[in-house]
Amino acid sequence: MFSAILVMAGIGLVLGGVLGWASIKFRVDDDPLVEKIDAILPQTQCGQCGFPGCKPYAEAIAKGEADINKCPPGGEEGVKHLAELLGVEPKPLGEGLEAKPKAVAVIDENMCIGCTLCIQACPVDAIVGAAKQMHVIVADQCTGCELCLPPCPVDCIHMEVIKEDVATWKWRYPIHMMKRVE
Amino acid sequence: MSRKLFTCNGGVHPEGHKDASSGTPIVILPLLPRYVVPLRQHIGAPARALVRAGDAVLRGQMIGAAEGYVSTAAHAPTSGRVVAVEPHEVPHPSGLTDLCVVIESDGLDQAVEFQPLDWRNLDPSALRNRIRDLGLAGLGGAVFPSFIKLNPEGAGIDTLILNGAECEPWITCDDRLMRERAAEILQGVAVMRHMLGAREVLIGIEDNKPEALAAMRAAAAADVEVVAVPTLYPTGGGKQLTYILTGRETPTGGRSTDVGVQVFNVGTAYALHRAVALGEPMLSRVVTVTGHVAAPGNYEARLGTPITDLLLAAGGALPGSIGKLVGGPMMGFDLEDNAAPLTKAVNCIIVKHSSLFPAKPAVLPCIRCGACARACPADLQPFEMYWFARAKDFGKAQSYDLFDCIECGCCSFVCPSHIPLVDFFRFAKSEIWERERHKHDADQARARHEFKEFRLEREKQEKAEKLAAKVAENKARDAAAAAGVAETAADPEAERKKAILQAALDRAKKAREGVTPRNTENLPPAVEKQISEIEARRAESGAAQPETDPPRAES
Repeated sequence: MFSAILVMAGIGLVLGGVLGWASIKFRVDDDPLVEKIDAILPQTQCGQCGFPGCKPYAEAIAKGEADINKCPPGGEEGVKHLAELLGVEPKPLGEGLEAKPKAVAVIDENMCIGCTLCIQACPVDAIVGAAKQMHVIVADQCTGCELCLPPCPVDCIHMEVIKEDVATWKWRYPIHMMKRVE
Repeated sequence: MSRKLFTCNGGVHPEGHKDASSGTPIVILPLLPRYVVPLRQHIGAPARALVRAGDAVLRGQMIGAAEGYVSTAAHAPTSGRVVAVEPHEVPHPSGLTDLCVVIESDGLDQAVEFQPLDWRNLDPSALRNRIRDLGLAGLGGAVFPSFIKLNPEGAGIDTLILNGAECEPWITCDDRLMRERAAEILQGVAVMRHMLGAREVLIGIEDNKPEALAAMRAAAAADVEVVAVPTLYPTGGGKQLTYILTGRETPTGGRSTDVGVQVFNVGTAYALHRAVALGEPMLSRVVTVTGHVAAPGNYEARLGTPITDLLLAAGGALPGSIGKLVGGPMMGFDLEDNAAPLTKAVNCIIVKHSSLFPAKPAVLPCIRCGACARACPADLQPFEMYWFARAKDFGKAQSYDLFDCIECGCCSFVCPSHIPLVDFFRFAKSEIWERERHKHDADQARARHEFKEFRLEREKQEKAEKLAAKVAENKARDAAAAAGVAETAADPEAERKKAILQAALDRAKKAREGVTPRNTENLPPAVEKQISEIEARRAESGAAQPETDPPRAES
């Protein structure tokens, strides 16, 4: 009787020890769900979701504090992917949020006074320039977040929608007439 | 025939229509008044324009330089003046415009001095760079920059295959080129062989071109084997021809170089010969103009020739034509605008007529007959890929090796329900490419955003550290000052500075006191009186007096 209890308690202790050791050894630092959500988000870092960047929004979704339909740059497609990942029903974009075609910011070089305010606002360091020097936006790095527009004191930045060119053109979804079967 | 040939699965036998254009010799197009040269005529990055509107150019002058690795140059087709560097219609399925150099000919056709290449003795890398700057790209249709394909490093190529199969219906430009210029083609092959170090050279020609076979055999050296391959579409596909001639199957997602084979089109070999023997850049190509035109045939036209002029050279489209095809009927696309110019990629223009290209029957649902899978030369299952592409489930479509599809059109050709299968595959491919692009952009943006946050944090920390150091320093100084006032007072340097400062202040004060207004001497009594009145008023109001400093805001 006692030996049986001792054996069981022993096994329990050993296994518990192993589990305890494993939980320290194989500890997952970051919440893997946050990473997965962050991978779906478009990384524009625009803050339209009400969080200061894509990662904080991903964290909020993971904690259940934010809805999945707050990301306009991700669009309906992004909401669908998030819904799939989280096992919830997809829903339309939140009120007042609207998906826009992808655009890049362009500085009017004749008007720029070199104040560096837009450089400080850019979340991805896509603006090059120095104090009292003309600034320029690296179009390839620009996420189109529009965060540089409000700080500009002379309103010299505007958004230009990226046009489709021969390199980025996509074949359209084939639409064809189906024969009517009587 | 000694060589054992292998048989590809699948393939179809569409009606050839080759006789329409193969009977007459290649006609060289006369000089035209205007050329439009696109800067993106090849796969990869477009060339960077080297000229501006108003510049004078000569024939063969480089007007666009290769930009990045996968790119090649563009050249002026004749001498004249650059009218514009602007977006212009190009032969592309999208019908979109692309950056082109528009050149107005001066009628003189003066050329720059061409330097033949000493290909046997030139350093391989230097030779490849010269070939890049001569603008060579594959003329078979994929227009991949040739200088990259001619780099043997790391590829381990032992076999060079020259593709003269020309399996697509209607097209006969390679056929005519082989019949008329076999010797030049083979000289180009010798250069390719030298550059690649290939042991074996095979030239694959479909057996429906006996004249081309005979001409090539007559011109070929003993160590070059000209092989007649059975006529079956798409024998001219690079991977298919490789398998038929060598039995080596290209692995999924790979290229023929993975099995030690490099494939070039006969037209590319001809252009390479002209490049090394004459030093001439890629300025023209042979193009088939056929279908519903007055004089179907093959035309050697300069790159940049507007397709309108090409059609005019072929006698113009006959009445009743219903549009034009660029390329063949299996893989080609509809031309949106005749203003688009001839590029390195365009091997054929077909003018359509309803009797030759009847309207496609209405589409019926897929009946899962499997005819497409039997016809597929890449051993894929088109019907499975179709389901997923139609449902926009691209991941699943990709898991059926969508990217091994060569878009040959065999599946659409045999489908009893007339489903445009290839259209779905092209759609799915471009969607997947776009996703990859977006993902790449997002990854880059994430990394840059994270770095910015890290940088801001670091700057904040550095500032805090600097401040802390300063505070500590001030504290130490104050402590030192409190500890020994005498010490600081005794500092001879500080004393000296203080003395100098005091002396300067004294001098300034003295100077100020000494100054009297000069315009108050020898004045008439009336003015004197006025002055004294003003002085009196000033004293009364208690305003600033001339001797004292003006009142200052409290600091």
